[in-house]
Amino acid sequence: MIRRRRGAAILAALAAAALLSLLFACVVGSVALSAGELLEALRDIAGGAPSTLAATLLELRLTRALSAFAIGGMLSLAGVMMQALLRNPLADPYVLGVSGGASVGALAAMLLLAAPWIVDAAAFGGAVSVALMLFLLAHRDLRGGIAEGNTSLLLLTGVIIAAGCGALITLMLSIAPETRLRGMVFWLIGDLSGTQLRALPWIVLAGALVFALRAARAMNIVALHAEAAATLGVRVGALRQGLFVCAALLTATAVSNGGSIGFVGLIVPHACRFALGPDHRLLLPTATLVGGTFLVLADTLARSAAAPHQLPVGVITAMIGVPLFLVQLHHIRRK
Amino acid sequence: MIATADLHLRIGERALVTALEWRAQAGECWCIIGRNGAGKSTLLRALAGMRAPDGGTVAVRARPLSAWPLRDLARERAYLPQGRSDAFGYRVIETVLAARHPWQDARYWESEADLQAAQAALAALDVGELAERDIRSLSGGERQRVAIAAVLAQDTPLLLLDEPTNALDLAHQVGAMRLLAALCRQQNKTVVLVSHDLNLAHGVATHALLLMGDGRWRAGPVGEVFSAESLSACLGHPIETVRHGERTIYLPADGAPAEAGHG
Repeated sequence: MIRRRRGAAILAALAAAALLSLLFACVVGSVALSAGELLEALRDIAGGAPSTLAATLLELRLTRALSAFAIGGMLSLAGVMMQALLRNPLADPYVLGVSGGASVGALAAMLLLAAPWIVDAAAFGGAVSVALMLFLLAHRDLRGGIAEGNTSLLLLTGVIIAAGCGALITLMLSIAPETRLRGMVFWLIGDLSGTQLRALPWIVLAGALVFALRAARAMNIVALHAEAAATLGVRVGALRQGLFVCAALLTATAVSNGGSIGFVGLIVPHACRFALGPDHRLLLPTATLVGGTFLVLADTLARSAAAPHQLPVGVITAMIGVPLFLVQLHHIRRK
Repeated sequence: MIATADLHLRIGERALVTALEWRAQAGECWCIIGRNGAGKSTLLRALAGMRAPDGGTVAVRARPLSAWPLRDLARERAYLPQGRSDAFGYRVIETVLAARHPWQDARYWESEADLQAAQAALAALDVGELAERDIRSLSGGERQRVAIAAVLAQDTPLLLLDEPTNALDLAHQVGAMRLLAALCRQQNKTVVLVSHDLNLAHGVATHALLLMGDGRWRAGPVGEVFSAESLSACLGHPIETVRHGERTIYLPADGAPAEAGHG
């Protein structure tokens, strides 16, 4: 079938682009690596302990690029899921306050001078507690099936919880000592300079992607028909719960690894939908690949644009994201 | 095909339908008539399984709705709700293909047969040439015809349609109603629809269910139920009938509303 072949071609091209972006991230930086040095360094790393400067650089850059890719993919996938769940193309992974919960957790840990891994764990814990709170408060909307109306209760509850988290964040920033303020602000904007290569983000990303692909057809029907999707045989309540749990888990993992990097979860799904249409069967894998690639490139820019200074990657994603979004909006309105 | 037993529907304290004992057989086309707020859409939602009854049961093929797996039920009945909100820019053909969901099992993409069914349904509603358009760019009537096409593509023996001719122009109103009547006659399908147009409904319906708005109801073949007297009582306005050749035309009378005396 044409659609299947088109989908495969697009995914292959995007996968190739993703690999290229990783390669680009490995060679670009304050010290550029040539192709020969890269090969040598690769051999060095494969052989055991990296001894040369090139190998050490490569290891650092590859680690950072790989976690950027996983985080970008997670945020973008979470964005698509949140938009389908709320039937609102303007939703993003942060709209329900899950990232706000992560920020509260992380900043509280930083305020108490906790070790970096405790900050990450506190962020994850904060995000999960907000998600649980939402799940309990807005359970009516996640039941679906016979329930009437839209997911407005979930959206409103989430927005209010996000506002509450915002107030707590401001409170902590205002009482934080000067020395810790800079780290806290960097965390809030989103910064990948301290990320470590972990297996958990990849496991969460793979698990959520498998769930999403299996539910892709049902997601289309819920996006089209809301509650009435039940008359087409979709278990709306179970699907909404699955989407919510996956999106919350993706967001919590992404934010606890890289801080609350903005715009990826909003812009990338939008750009993919704009280019390829809203069919989730194609949108879910493409948005994941594009989100990862986008964040790898943005992070490479963040550490090389003002080298030796490091910019927080959240600034770069916003500075690329805002004009891109405006151009798209303008384009849609003209059509 | 579909039947209710002692069905009660209420909104707050108000009874919409009381003790409804009703059954629609294969090949019958039922029209639900009633005033605004009489409970027509609520009844249709209950028949579709979208709203739990406040008493009694709805059964499809003698099996209560709650005992049906959703996927199997979706192969038996299609439901067209009133009004649509399109949040995403799906193409017309994609919305109709989505209605093939109950038949697709574990396949990721649609089959050639699904595509043919969708195209045939679009052609039947005279919207074949809109297949590649963004649904958000359609006019109200076009969108409604695409929605009816999706219901047809679902290919079920039972169709529940809430005001299917809403927003359609005159020619397409007649065309859509004739199509539904033909489905009943030729393919032995069961159609239950809500309509405010008595003449249009009378042209296609074999049976009618009148909702009086206070819980009372009247059901039966069109010949028995579609009388000026019962329609006047049901709609709260005197209705007159005029014979025009073979047809009976229903007209609102100039007189006072029915509460002041039947016209």
